[in-house]
Amino acid sequence: MGKKRVAIIGTGQTYHKSHRPDVNGQELIHEAVSSALCDADLTIADIDAIVIGNMDHFEGINYVDCWSVDGSGGVMKPIIKLTTGGTTGSTIAIGGYHLVASGLFEKVLVIGWEKNSESDTTGAITTAFDPVWDRLVFAGAISGLAVEAQAYMARYGATDRDGARVSVRDRKHACNNPHAQLRKEVTIEDVLASPMLADPIHLLDVCPRTDGACAVIMANEDVAPKLASKLDWIWATSSRHKYTYIGDVNWGELDSMYNASREIYKKAGIKEPNKEISVIELYQPYSFAGIIWIEDMGIVPRGKGAEYIWSGATDMGGELPINPSGGVIACNPIGATGLIRCAEAAMQVMGKADIRQVPDVNFAISTGFGGCMWTDMILHGQKKPDF
Amino acid sequence: MENAAIIGIGMTKIEANKVRETFADMVWEAVNKALNDAQMTINDIDNIITTSNDFWDGRTISCMAVGDASGARNKNVSCVEGDGTFGAFYGLTRVLSGSYGTTLVTAHSKGSESISSLITNAAFDPIYDRSLGMDMITACAMQATAYMYRTGTTSKQIAQVSVKNHGNAKNNPMSQLPMDITVEDVLNSEMISDPLHKLDCSPVSDGCCAIIIANKDRALKYNDKPVWIKGVSFCSDSYFLGDRDLSKAASLTKATNAAYKMAGINNPKDEIQVAELYDAFTYQELMWLEAMGLCDDGKGSELLENKYFDIGGKLPVNPSGGLLSGHPVIAAGLIRIAEIVKQLRGEAGKYQVHGAKLGVAQGVNGLAGQSHCVWVLGKEK
Amino acid sequence: MSENMVIDSGNARQPFNYSVGLYGSKFFKELKENKRFLGVKCPKCSKVYIPPRKVCGECFIETREFVEVGPRGKIGSFTILRYAFIDPETGEQKPVPYGYGFIRLDGADTLFQHYINISDENKVKIGAIVEPVFAENRKGTIRDILHFNIVD
Ligand SMILES: [Zn+2]
Repeated sequence: MGKKRVAIIGTGQTYHKSHRPDVNGQELIHEAVSSALCDADLTIADIDAIVIGNMDHFEGINYVDCWSVDGSGGVMKPIIKLTTGGTTGSTIAIGGYHLVASGLFEKVLVIGWEKNSESDTTGAITTAFDPVWDRLVFAGAISGLAVEAQAYMARYGATDRDGARVSVRDRKHACNNPHAQLRKEVTIEDVLASPMLADPIHLLDVCPRTDGACAVIMANEDVAPKLASKLDWIWATSSRHKYTYIGDVNWGELDSMYNASREIYKKAGIKEPNKEISVIELYQPYSFAGIIWIEDMGIVPRGKGAEYIWSGATDMGGELPINPSGGVIACNPIGATGLIRCAEAAMQVMGKADIRQVPDVNFAISTGFGGCMWTDMILHGQKKPDF
Repeated sequence: MENAAIIGIGMTKIEANKVRETFADMVWEAVNKALNDAQMTINDIDNIITTSNDFWDGRTISCMAVGDASGARNKNVSCVEGDGTFGAFYGLTRVLSGSYGTTLVTAHSKGSESISSLITNAAFDPIYDRSLGMDMITACAMQATAYMYRTGTTSKQIAQVSVKNHGNAKNNPMSQLPMDITVEDVLNSEMISDPLHKLDCSPVSDGCCAIIIANKDRALKYNDKPVWIKGVSFCSDSYFLGDRDLSKAASLTKATNAAYKMAGINNPKDEIQVAELYDAFTYQELMWLEAMGLCDDGKGSELLENKYFDIGGKLPVNPSGGLLSGHPVIAAGLIRIAEIVKQLRGEAGKYQVHGAKLGVAQGVNGLAGQSHCVWVLGKEK
Repeated sequence: MSENMVIDSGNARQPFNYSVGLYGSKFFKELKENKRFLGVKCPKCSKVYIPPRKVCGECFIETREFVEVGPRGKIGSFTILRYAFIDPETGEQKPVPYGYGFIRLDGADTLFQHYINISDENKVKIGAIVEPVFAENRKGTIRDILHFNIVD
C-alpha cells in the first residue's frame, strides 16, 4: 500500500435541466452513477468506496451521504460526504483522488449532484455567509461577483462588451454539448440587451439554476490500465480556500486562483501554461471571470485578459480552448458543477469529447470556484505522471 | 497498512452552552492545544481538514467559519461533512497519498445554538418520512426496542451503561456531565421515547476537537509519543429504517472487520484493551460492542453487570465518560480517537487504563447508526 | 403515467441562536451605544481587521488590540442590485434597485460590507468617500447602520 498514481477511467452525467420533477434526488444521482459505470464498463460491485457532495440547504436534506445510498450505490460500502460550497464538485474529485492515491481503495466512485429547483438558490447561498456580520447585508452571489467585476473594470478599463464576448463563447460552445442545459447561441448585443441584474452583470452574463448530477470513477495505477484503454491521469490537485470573511477579499484579483495554479504548475513542472496546457474547463459562473481569472492563472499578463479573449484564442480551434462544454454559464447544478468540469477535462484527455473534442490534448485543467472566492484546481494528463 | 500516526490532540471542554464562543473560537482553542501537544507550529502543518455540518451550524458552507482559526489561509484545505472520524479518515488518506506529510483535522459543533430534533428530523427523507415528525431520538428508541427484543436485554441493564459512563466522567475534567447516579435514577428519569429515559440519552453539547496526523517520516520528528494508526475503515448500511434489521449493526461489523484485518487483529476480545464508542444512547454501547466482536452477540449486558467494561475490567469501554457525559455532534467521534490516543500514551490521568497498548475508537453518521467509521490505534508501530 | 408531484416543505424552519463571541459583542455594544466602529490590530503584521476577530488568518496569531476605525471610508468596490431576491432573514423580496458594496473604513485594512445610498447613481464610484447613517433605535446588529451615504 501507500502512494498510488490515479487515473479517471469513466464519467457520467445526467442531461441537465432547469427542473427535473420526473425524478427525486436519489433517482437523479442514480442516472449519473449508471452512466459512469457504463462508461467504465463496471458494476457497482466493483466500486470500493464512494465520495459524494452537494450543498445541504439547496435540498434541505441532512446527512446526504446516508440518504443517498439507494441512488449512489452506497449500501454496505464506505461512503463519505465532502462539501465546500460551489467548490464541492471539485473538492469531491480531489477527495476521490486522495482515497485512491492513499492505497486504501482501488476504485472509487465520486458523485456530485444538486436539485436547485427544490429551493430558493439565492436564499440558500446567502445563508453561507456569517450570520452575524455578512448575512444580513449580503446581496446574493451575483452581487458578490458584480463587485469583483467592478473592481477589475476600474483597474484595467475593461467594458461590459468584453464580458459579453466570454458569454458568447461559452454559449456557442454549449451547442456542441448535449448535456448542457442552455444550448442557444447569442450575440454580444443580446447579452448587453438582457436585463441588468447587478451592475455590470446582465442576465446573459451569468449561470442558470440547474438540476443535475455527475459521476466520475477513479482507479489506481495497478488496475486502471486493465480496466480502460483510454485513461486520464491526475497529475496534481490544489484546494485553496483562502478567505473566511468576505470583506478580506482582494477584489479584482482571485488570489486563490493564483495560488492554486502556481502550486499545480510547480508540481508538474509547467513553465508556459498557455502553451503547455491544451484545454481548460473553468468553473466560471459569470462572464467577467473568464477575463479576470485567466490572468490569475498566468495564461496572460494582468490586464490582457480581454484582448486574449477577443483574439479567439480561447474559442474552439484557438490556441487554448476554454470551456468546450459550454461551462457553467450553460449549466450549473451547483454540487455537480465542479465535478462536471473534472469529467469534461477527463473526456478531453481520453479523447471521448465527441464534437466538442479539442485535438491532441496532453494537459487539461479543471477548476472549481465557490465559498469566499475560493479555488480548487486539478491538472489532468494524457501520460502517466513521472513523479 | 502503511505507517501513519496521530502525533497531536487538543480539545475544548465539553459544555452545555458555550455562549461566549463562536465556532472559530472553539477551533482556535483546540488547534492550539493540538499544536502545543505535538510540539509543532502551524508552519509544520501541510494541509487541513475541517469537519462540520451545515445543518448543525445553521449555515451553508459551514467550513467557511473556521478557515482562519484552523490556519488554512495559505494552505490546502478541505471539509468533510459528517462525524469527525470521517474527517480524520480523509485527513489520513491525504497523508498516505504522499501529497502531504501532516494533516491537521478539526471537528466542531454547538448543539446549544439550535433545536436538535429539528436538525435530525431533516435527516429523514422529505418525501416519505419527514412529516411524521421523527427525529434521532425516536429513531434510536425504535432501534433500542428492536435490539432489546432480540437479545432480551432489559431497561435495567442498559441503565447500567449510564451509571458507568457518568461515573467515569467524574475523572475527566473535559466532560460535561460527571454524575454519581444509580440504576434507579436512570429508570426514574423522565421517559423521553419508549424505552429510552432521559438518562439513557446523551445531552446537547458544544465542543471541538483537533488531531494531527503524520506520515511515517514525520511521525517522530516533533515528539516521541506517536500513536500509530493500525487499521481504519468505514461502511454504510441501508437508509430507510425499514430496509435494515435495526437490532443489528451490519455496517459496523463490516467496517470493524476490515479495520481489524488491516491491523492484523484476529481475536479482538483478547487483543483490544480499551474502547471509546459512540454511546449516544445507553443501549448503543452494548449494541456496538457486540457488532464489533468485542463480546458475544447479546451478551453485552451480562458482562456489563460483571464490571467487565469498567475502568478496572477486562475491556474498559468509554473510560472518558463517553457521549452520555458530553455529546458535541461531529466532534464526538474525533474526541473518541483523541481519548484513545490519551490512553495509549498513558496520559489519561485518573481514568487511565493501565498498560493499554491497543485501542479502538468509533464514530457514527446518520440515523440509528447507519454509517460507522472504526479506528484501531496502537502504541507500537 | 400520472403527473409528477412535488411535496411542499411548508413553513418548516430551523431557528438558531448564533454566538457573536467576545470580539463581536464588543463591536456591537460600541456601535449601538456610541455609533463607533471597532476593528482589531494584528500584533504581528499590524493589519487592522474589520469585522474584529480573534485570529489574524495570515499570521495565525491572536489579536488583542481594539482600534477605532471609520466612521468615514472609501468605496472599495460596489454594485447596484436591479433584481429582486428573497431575503432569507425575512422571507420578503427586497425592493430594488439598491446599492451594495465594500467600504474601506478609515484606518482599516479590510473591507466592510454594507448598503450604499444610490440617490445619485453617478456619484457611486470606487474611491468615493462615504459615511454611515445610523438607525434611531439600535439593537446591536449590523443593521444598526442603515446604509452609507456618499460625501460630496
Ligand atoms: Zn497578522
